[in-house]
Amino acid sequence: MTRVSIEVNGTVEELDVPPRLLLADLLRDRLGLTGTKIGCAMGACGACTVLLDGAPVRACLMFSVQANGRSVRTIENLANEAGELHPLQRALREHHGLQCGYCTPGILMAIAPLLESGQPLEPDAVREAIAGNLCRCTGYDTIVDAVVEASRP
Amino acid sequence: MKPSAFEYLAPETCEEALGALAEHGDDAAVLAGGQSLIPMMNLRIAAPRVLIDVMRAPELRGIGNAGGRIEIGAGVRMAQAERESGVALMTAALRHVGHPAIRNCGTVCGSVAHADPAGEVPAVLLALDGEVVLRSLRGERSVAADDFFLSYYSTAREPDELVVAVRIPSASPPRVAFREVTPRLGGSTGEFATAGVAATAEPDDLGRWRRVRIALLGVADRPVRAREAEALLTGVEPTNDAIAAAAESAATTVDPPSDVHAGPDYRRRAVRVLTTRALAEIAS
Repeated sequence: MTRVSIEVNGTVEELDVPPRLLLADLLRDRLGLTGTKIGCAMGACGACTVLLDGAPVRACLMFSVQANGRSVRTIENLANEAGELHPLQRALREHHGLQCGYCTPGILMAIAPLLESGQPLEPDAVREAIAGNLCRCTGYDTIVDAVVEASRP
Repeated sequence: MKPSAFEYLAPETCEEALGALAEHGDDAAVLAGGQSLIPMMNLRIAAPRVLIDVMRAPELRGIGNAGGRIEIGAGVRMAQAERESGVALMTAALRHVGHPAIRNCGTVCGSVAHADPAGEVPAVLLALDGEVVLRSLRGERSVAADDFFLSYYSTAREPDELVVAVRIPSASPPRVAFREVTPRLGGSTGEFATAGVAATAEPDDLGRWRRVRIALLGVADRPVRAREAEALLTGVEPTNDAIAAAAESAATTVDPPSDVHAGPDYRRRAVRVLTTRALAEIAS
């Protein structure tokens, strides 16, 4: 067991973990943050995307020990404390940008830093940002439409 | 939890990391960004007994420019190199590596050490006459990219050596182009390249090319230079005919492997088309 200290959604978590525990499994099984999904566990599908020190990473391609001393943000932290949806979440709902919803947390976390930079986004930039996120329901267009609209003032 | 159990070492200095490598050698794997190693561990294709995480050593994290060479340390992630290396061909190629979330973790040196024959970074290093800096407790040596990549996932690195940096001449030719074809269309598709080309050249005052470099990926057991094609374009103006002849030479001198995505003929045709487009882009 290795002692790690990881800030997760603003709270510092001190945990003893076996080195082979993936960050995705730590989030889901140890911290109960099951919004982060595991699809392929080999980096291909993007369902487990979380923010590490503000940048999107694959939680299935990182051991928890590698996140020691760093800050993780998950889908659970996107809506505010009053439970109001993030503009990105509202836009996806309004544009029918999700169906089964399994890929949605990863897609939202892949896009959140781009949206929060405050710049209006072109469709190509959105497509590039979610190029590593597979969605088998929507055909992507409604997701791109939603993000483009959410980025406009 | 899928990977086999392992002992995790997180040395705080390069010296400590080298000590761990000397002690554990063949039983150990170096963990940098982990974007190739961890999928292999999740699938149990790899099951190292010891993981040596080199990302905690501050002296490995920098991008430097000294002695006419840009040096990218073992701890430099691809996203950082994309923004900060100032190496135009590296920047152009890195856009094709995995996708943004992969590049936020994966490292330049890790890609070199992994030596996937379809890897973008090894081909860039080869095209730019780069070198790989290897360090162990026995000392440090530098190996030219030409001599470093031996075969599929196989390099000149000894088990006790760490790839501490790659070095690229800072006076690389200013004109660059990178092209590849993948099973999915687009830029950051996360797909491995079926075939690709990294090219540079420098026009002289009369518009004739010199320092022509054409490196191919995905068409052999390692990245390869198309030397005959380079020679055909050296000292001449890059006319459409000259480019076509060079691209033809590049396509016919490779002996590509076959896999589920494409056979040798397709890959040769891809080399011809991609090389033509890359060289035309440099000439324009």
